[in-house]
Amino acid sequence: MRSTTSRRVAATAAALVMGAGLAACGGDDGGTTNTAGGTSPGEGNAECEGLTEFGDLTGTSVSVYTSIVAPEDQPHIDSYELFSECTGAEVRYEGSKEFEAQLVVRARSGNPPDIAYIPQPGLLRSLVEDTGAVVAAPDTVAANVDEFFGEDWKSYGTVDGTFYAAPLGANVKSFVWYSPSMFADNGWEIPETWDDMVALSEEIAAAGDMKPWCAGIASGDATGWVITDWLEDAMLRDAGAETYDQWVAHEIPFNDDAVAGSLDRVGEILLNDDFVNGGLGDVRSIVDTTFQDGGLPILAGECAMHRQASFYAANWPEGTDVSEDGDVFAFYLPPTNDQNGTPVLGGGEFAAAFSDRPEVQAFQTYLASDLWANEKAKATPGGGWVSANTGLDVANLVSPIDQLSAEILQDPEAVFRFDASDLMPAAIGAGSFWREMTAWVGGRSTQEALTNVENSWN
Amino acid sequence: MTMGAGEKFLQMLAVMAIFVAVLAVVLVLTSRVRSTVGRFLQTTAFLLPAGLLLLLGLLYPAVRTVVESFRDRASREWVGLANYERIFTDDALLVVLRNTAVWVILTPILATGIGLIYAVLIDRSRFERFAKALIFLPMAISLVGASLIWKFVYAYRGTEQAQIGLANQILKGLGFDTYRFISDPPWNTVFLIVILIWVQAGFAMTVLSAAIKAIPDDIVEAARLDGVGGWRMFRHITVPSIQPSLIVVLTTITIATLKVFDIVRTTTGGNFETSVLAYEFYNQGFRAFDNGLGAALAVVLFALVVPVVVYNVRQMRKVEAR
Repeated sequence: MRSTTSRRVAATAAALVMGAGLAACGGDDGGTTNTAGGTSPGEGNAECEGLTEFGDLTGTSVSVYTSIVAPEDQPHIDSYELFSECTGAEVRYEGSKEFEAQLVVRARSGNPPDIAYIPQPGLLRSLVEDTGAVVAAPDTVAANVDEFFGEDWKSYGTVDGTFYAAPLGANVKSFVWYSPSMFADNGWEIPETWDDMVALSEEIAAAGDMKPWCAGIASGDATGWVITDWLEDAMLRDAGAETYDQWVAHEIPFNDDAVAGSLDRVGEILLNDDFVNGGLGDVRSIVDTTFQDGGLPILAGECAMHRQASFYAANWPEGTDVSEDGDVFAFYLPPTNDQNGTPVLGGGEFAAAFSDRPEVQAFQTYLASDLWANEKAKATPGGGWVSANTGLDVANLVSPIDQLSAEILQDPEAVFRFDASDLMPAAIGAGSFWREMTAWVGGRSTQEALTNVENSWN
Repeated sequence: MTMGAGEKFLQMLAVMAIFVAVLAVVLVLTSRVRSTVGRFLQTTAFLLPAGLLLLLGLLYPAVRTVVESFRDRASREWVGLANYERIFTDDALLVVLRNTAVWVILTPILATGIGLIYAVLIDRSRFERFAKALIFLPMAISLVGASLIWKFVYAYRGTEQAQIGLANQILKGLGFDTYRFISDPPWNTVFLIVILIWVQAGFAMTVLSAAIKAIPDDIVEAARLDGVGGWRMFRHITVPSIQPSLIVVLTTITIATLKVFDIVRTTTGGNFETSVLAYEFYNQGFRAFDNGLGAALAVVLFALVVPVVVYNVRQMRKVEAR
C-alpha cells in the first residue's frame, strides 16, 4: 500500500516538475509548486493539511534571515516546530541588526538565504529589480494569501504584477497612547475626531499641570521615521487613500499641496510649544529624545498623549499594566473628516524566497497559512505580535493591545495603508524623507522640507 | 544549495592543507636547485601566495569599485561621470565634503598639538607614568565605545528638566542654558571631533614622548649652556629634533580621520549635517542601495587618502633610517 502511494506521489511530483518547466517558458506570473516526492511525515495528521503534498522533506533544511533578534526571535523559532513535524524539514533561523544592508550584499554576491523576512515592500522591489534573485511565490502560497489576506496586503508583496512575498506579522501605527487612569481622574474623554483631540490638547495645556503631547524621534541612523508616520497618518485622513497611493507612487509631487496641508496639521501639534514636549523640554527636544523614551513621561504624569505604533507596548517598563483600565493603553488616532472612512496606517514583514526547492516552498506555504499565524500567536506568550491574517483567532492573542490591533486589522470597514516610507525607494523612504522631517522639527519650513525630498526623488 | 557551517569549515581546512602541501613541494624542489634560477624560483614561491591574496583581496575590489563608480545605482549601465558630478553639486553631499575637510584639518592638528604639549609638560616630571596612563587610556576604548560615552556626556534635556548629560549639567550648574551638542549644526561636527581627539591625543603623546626622550642629551645641554630655555628650547630644539616623528603622527591621525565612520554612525547616524565621506559611502551604497554613488564616494575618499599614505610611508622610512 505504502509503495503505491509513494509511486503515485512521485508521479505527481514528476508532473509538477514538468509543469514548472512549461510555466517558466510561458512566463506565467505565478510560480509553480515543486515537491520532493515520497510520503510526508505529516501524512494523516489533520494539522498538517496543505503541507503533506510537498512529500518527504526529511533531512532538508531551510535558512531564514530576518531583522528580528533576541528576545523576539524565540517565538518565531518556536512557531516552526509544527512545520518540522509535518514535513521533516529543519528551519535554520538567523537574525541580524544589519539585515537590510547584508541582505542586499548577500543577494548580489549570490549567497542569499532561502527565505528573508522583509519589513519594507520598497526593499522587496529593489531586490527584485536590482538583483533578480527573488523567486516568485508558488501557487500554494498565492492561494493561502488569497484566502487569508486582503487584496491590499497581497499587493504589497507584488512587484510589477508578479506575486513574490506573503505577509507575516503586522503592526498598527494609528495609535495614540494615553493613561486611562489619568484620563478618568481628569474627566477627559477619548476624542472621536481630530478637532476634538486638538480641543482636548488645548484644555490640558490650559490646565497647566502638564503638556498634552510628548514625542521623540531620535533613532540612530533612522532618526526622523516617527514624523513620517505622523505625516502619513494625517495624509490618509485629510486626502484619502487614493491620493496617498498616488503620493507613494510619485504620481503627484512629493511636495503636493495635499501633503503640505497635512504636514501643517501635524505641525499644529508637534511644533506648538504649548502642546509639546511634556516632561522633555520644548519643541526641539523632540529631536534629542529617542523614540523609545518619547512616551515614558505619560507614566510620570508629565504628558497626556503619545502617538506611536502598537509595538510601542514593548517600551513600557516591566510591570506596567497595558490595558484598557490599566496604566497605559492606546486609542485609535481619530479621523479629521468623515469623507475617508476609517484609515489605518501600519506596517509588517513579508517572506520573500530566493530558492524554489520543495522545502523552501513548503515553508513559504506554511508561513502564509492560518496555521502558522495561530501557532505564532500561541508561541508569543508575552504578547507584542499581530498579523493581518484573517484566519488568526483573536482569542489566541494574549495582550489587550494586540487584540485591539488585530480587530482593527481585520475590520472590513478599515482602509488599511502601508507605511509610505517603507514603500518608497530606500533613498527617499529611508533617506531624504527621514532627514527632512528631522530638519522640519528643527525649524525648516514645511514647503522647503517637502521640496527638498521632491528634488531628491528623480 | 545551502551548506552547513561544519561543511564550510571542513572545506576551508582542506584548502589550507592543499596550500601548505603545494608550498612544501615547491620549497623542497627549489631548495635543491642552487643557481640563480633556483633563487628566482624560491623567491617567487614565497611571494606568490601573498601576491595572489593581495590581488584577490585588495586590487580586484579596488578596480571593481572604480568601475562601479561609473555605473548606475544597480551597476547595470554606464553613466560616465554622473556620480562624481553629483558629489560636487548636490547640496547634501557638499556638506559631507565640507565636514570631511573640517575633520581632516582640525583633528590631526589639535590631537598632535595636545599630545605634544602634554608630552613636553610631563617629561621627566614625578607623575610622568601616571599622567601618561591617564591620557593613553582612551586609546584602549573602541571608537564605538568612546562615541557612546560621549553621547551620554552630550545628552540634551531642556534647561528646566532634570539633566542626564554631564556637559549640560555643568552648563546648567554655571547658570547657562543647556545646549544641543549633537543636533545643532554646524558646531556639532566640532563636538564630534572632540571625541576623536580624546582618543588620538594619547597616541600622539606616546610617540612624541618617546621621540623627545631620544633627543641626544648633549644637544639639550649645549643649548642650556647657551642660555636657551622654556619656549625657545621647545621652538628651536625640541620641535626640530622630533620633526620626522611629528609628521608621522600627523599623517597617521589624518588617515584615521579620513576613515572616521564609527563616531558619526554612533552619535548622529549622519543626521544634523554631520555626515562625512567614510560614512556617506556606506550610507549610499548599503542603505540607499545606490552602488554607483557609493563607489564614487569611496573612490574620492581613496584619492584623498593615497597622497597622505605615500607621504606617511616616506617619513616613516626616514625615521627608521635615523
